[in-house]
Amino acid sequence: MTAVQEHTITPTAPVPPMRPARYLVAARIQETYDTVTLLLRPVDDPIQVPRPGQFTMLYAYGVGEVPVSVSGIGEAPGPVLVQTIRAVGAVTRALCAATPGDMIGVRGPFGTDWRVNDAGGRHMLVVAGGIGLAPLRPVVLAALRAQDRVVLLVGARSPGDLVFTRELDVWRRRGADVRVTVDHGEAGWDGRVGLVTGLIHDAIADPAGTTAFVCGPEIMTRLSAQALVDAGIPAREILVSLERNMRCGVALCGHCQLGPLLLCRDGPVVSYAEAAPLLAKREL
Amino acid sequence: MTTEAATEVPRLISIDGLGDLFEALVAGGYRVIGPAVQDGAIVLRELSSAAELPSGWGVRLEPGGYQLRRRDDTAAFGHAAGPQSWKRFLHPPRERLWSATRTAAGFEVSGDDDEPPRYAFLGVRPCDLRAIAIQDRVLAQPGSRYGQRRARAFIVAVNCTEPGETCFCTSMGTGPGVDGAAGYDLALTELVDESGHRFVVDVGSPRGADILAQVRSEPAGDDVRRARSAVEAAADRMGRHLETEGLRELMAASHRAARWDDVAARCLTCGNCTMACPTCFCTSIEEVTDLTGEHAERWERWDSCFDVDFSYLHGGSVRPSAKSRYRQWLTHKLGTWHDQFGSSGCVGCGRCIVWCPVGIDLTEECKALQAERDAVEGPVEGSAEEKS
Repeated sequence: MTAVQEHTITPTAPVPPMRPARYLVAARIQETYDTVTLLLRPVDDPIQVPRPGQFTMLYAYGVGEVPVSVSGIGEAPGPVLVQTIRAVGAVTRALCAATPGDMIGVRGPFGTDWRVNDAGGRHMLVVAGGIGLAPLRPVVLAALRAQDRVVLLVGARSPGDLVFTRELDVWRRRGADVRVTVDHGEAGWDGRVGLVTGLIHDAIADPAGTTAFVCGPEIMTRLSAQALVDAGIPAREILVSLERNMRCGVALCGHCQLGPLLLCRDGPVVSYAEAAPLLAKREL
Repeated sequence: MTTEAATEVPRLISIDGLGDLFEALVAGGYRVIGPAVQDGAIVLRELSSAAELPSGWGVRLEPGGYQLRRRDDTAAFGHAAGPQSWKRFLHPPRERLWSATRTAAGFEVSGDDDEPPRYAFLGVRPCDLRAIAIQDRVLAQPGSRYGQRRARAFIVAVNCTEPGETCFCTSMGTGPGVDGAAGYDLALTELVDESGHRFVVDVGSPRGADILAQVRSEPAGDDVRRARSAVEAAADRMGRHLETEGLRELMAASHRAARWDDVAARCLTCGNCTMACPTCFCTSIEEVTDLTGEHAERWERWDSCFDVDFSYLHGGSVRPSAKSRYRQWLTHKLGTWHDQFGSSGCVGCGRCIVWCPVGIDLTEECKALQAERDAVEGPVEGSAEEKS
């Protein structure tokens, strides 16, 4: 019996984990002055479908490779990958400059995910700082699809740094409670000014029944998670996405260590119960 | 002389038989890598015959010091670890992962699909055999070049009868003798005395038995006992000791220890310890292009957690200070390696002590950290066992 099955399943040679699949840029959205969302379609066999919170390694020909969180999954027909990139270095600048028809390399998906299904039926509180909203976008979309109650707190340095602004109103109309704040307002801004941590206390109705998802700069992540704990949410129900120098994605290059964790394998999403003691150590 | 198939019972081969073993490996299609004297050290390199082995050479080791010395016998394996380890061959310092060529549509990717080399490693110490097993857990991923090289490698281990002044394999439980499940094909124990120069051979795999069958051998008889006691005696001559009881917990609890400032004042953050270490595996990948831009390559190269850029995130390094980088190396090696890969990352070979240009001794640093903890918590009766 096994002989037949073995022949019906054509065993493909394992793809070397370091070799990318090629994708073409199908669409490009300029999110902010330094941030771009790319819609990618595969040329080669596509990578496995990412789960919300996972990341890929994106390759710009002749420049190099960087880790980028997946900001959209399966929202258009076919195996489409949506990634949002902020230009902070040579590789990210090259990726942000890519236009429809350009080719980039993709490896992955890598790492842990937000375990959105585990939060089904619970209140979902999403806290995002800057481009930290990118890996949380699939969480919001999943919650809206499942008609779970979702509160989204968005913070950015300035109004010009807010990403997915066109979608925030769409999400509101679909039932999400979206609250936005910026560190520094500017002319024409009539919204809130202040840190996103300041929005947390009023956003929690039922701490014991809430799961929180946090992503942003590390200082914002730490302070937000602490504010969530102070508001009564158990640390294990606070999920944070952490960043270190991810290079290989498969736990063999050693760069992304955070104490006992290899964040490309054991992260990027970890519970705050696990992360809190690690984030408290300087230069770990 | 007989060429009957080897059995579970250890066999004996003469020094000439070692030459035959070498030839059998070459005839089997293996590139034989082993120790040889070169540039004032015993290095590991491809050998053309057993005559290149460092017969009659030993070493003198100390923190920050390594010297060849003449032995008063002809032992070929009478030396402790040298500056290199077998990772140089299984996990090369530089390796091309893939190449890309520019096309009208973008780029084409091609892998390096050439046949991986078939190495025979001649003279793998038990500590280094464990080091290979430790790297396997990190690097032998499906489809990896490391995994392919590793699967093909033939290992002739040599039990250690000559530990060095900086060795502490007994502390780490990795030597001086191989254990039965260690993953060698053949394991030799070298005997040099009035009865001659010879090797007791234990067979560790069917592949090992096949090779040994091509070598003149005889039943090892009483030499088995002599070989075992030579290895046992080596266990009592370790130059260093590392207290491993509670070591993992000590590493986790020592983040704020003052000793890190002390060691940072001496450490040059040169990364020599990580290059010499047989288990340190960290790498970086670099993009290399030609001048035309029509061709790009991805190269993997050894990297070191002592490099300030190792932990770089946009905005700066996570570990800018020397103390944080030494602490990362030591606490990873002896502590968080357990969390990540299920064992300690140290095999007690002593290379990091010898090849540190300022002679930082890992066993001394651990003692100091233990003393600092005990000074705070009070000494623990009888042993260094951690109270939790």
